[in-house]
Amino acid sequence: MGATVKWDEVEQGQQLPPAEYHVERVNLVMYAGASGDFNPIHWNERFAKSVGLPDVIAHGMYTMAQGGRYVTDWAGDPAAVVDYGVRFSSMVVVPDDEAGATISVSGLIEEKLPDKRVIVVLTARSGDARVLSKARAVVQLA
Amino acid sequence: MALNRDFIGRAYSSPTPYEVSRLKIKEFAAAIGDANPIYRDTEAAKAAGHPDVVAPPTFPIVFALAGAGEGLNDPEFGLDWAMVVHGEQRFTYDRPIYAGDQLLCTSTISEIRSVGRNEFVTVRGDVTTLDGEPVCTSFNVIVERGGAK
Repeated sequence: MGATVKWDEVEQGQQLPPAEYHVERVNLVMYAGASGDFNPIHWNERFAKSVGLPDVIAHGMYTMAQGGRYVTDWAGDPAAVVDYGVRFSSMVVVPDDEAGATISVSGLIEEKLPDKRVIVVLTARSGDARVLSKARAVVQLA
Repeated sequence: MALNRDFIGRAYSSPTPYEVSRLKIKEFAAAIGDANPIYRDTEAAKAAGHPDVVAPPTFPIVFALAGAGEGLNDPEFGLDWAMVVHGEQRFTYDRPIYAGDQLLCTSTISEIRSVGRNEFVTVRGDVTTLDGEPVCTSFNVIVERGGAK
């Protein structure tokens, strides 16, 4: 149990390798079922457009989960994340085709904290939009 | 219509404990597209030093608002759900969540503020075991568009 990344081996300001996560409508249907959030803006194009949205949009929590996945894959253990917060700054629009949408995530070691912890600040984009802001995780490293 | 400020400080408890199951964690991990075996294979989780499969960091959203619905849906509160979007979310973790955990959540409407034409509501969720051991805290900011006019 614990992160595989060593605190001594990371530096403040260090960039983490970027990752891309593909999202199609089926992923949002699965997320609706798994999370219990059945708001139709996340699966019903007719409804989404009727409330002024460009198309079906991903759950904010789906996008937050991709950022979480990015951090846990980097750290090597989900239990290493001790604090994770985001602001939802823009929508991830998911068209009804195989191309779907792409969420591009990158990270930076913003600060090294005592007790072998670090603050990782995340950037998440979809198309031209920055979809998360103030996205930060505190990670317990080895 | 502005939201009813009398609700600030009101707390709501989940009606029944939430029992974390291996299947639900597996389903959630599949839904977020995360293939990590630690979320679906007990042996892999044990090999990594955990007692059972681990829940992904955002998993508590599945149950963290269960109690708050009672307050947020109260007609006296004045929230128009059709105008609600998720503004911010944060979790702080006291320990990992494992399959087999039985969890309680107390949700408190901790803050309501107007920003421009929008109302921002912060709901704090304190998640504990049945014995009261802290497990995690959820801070959920929902935004009611146009609610402050």
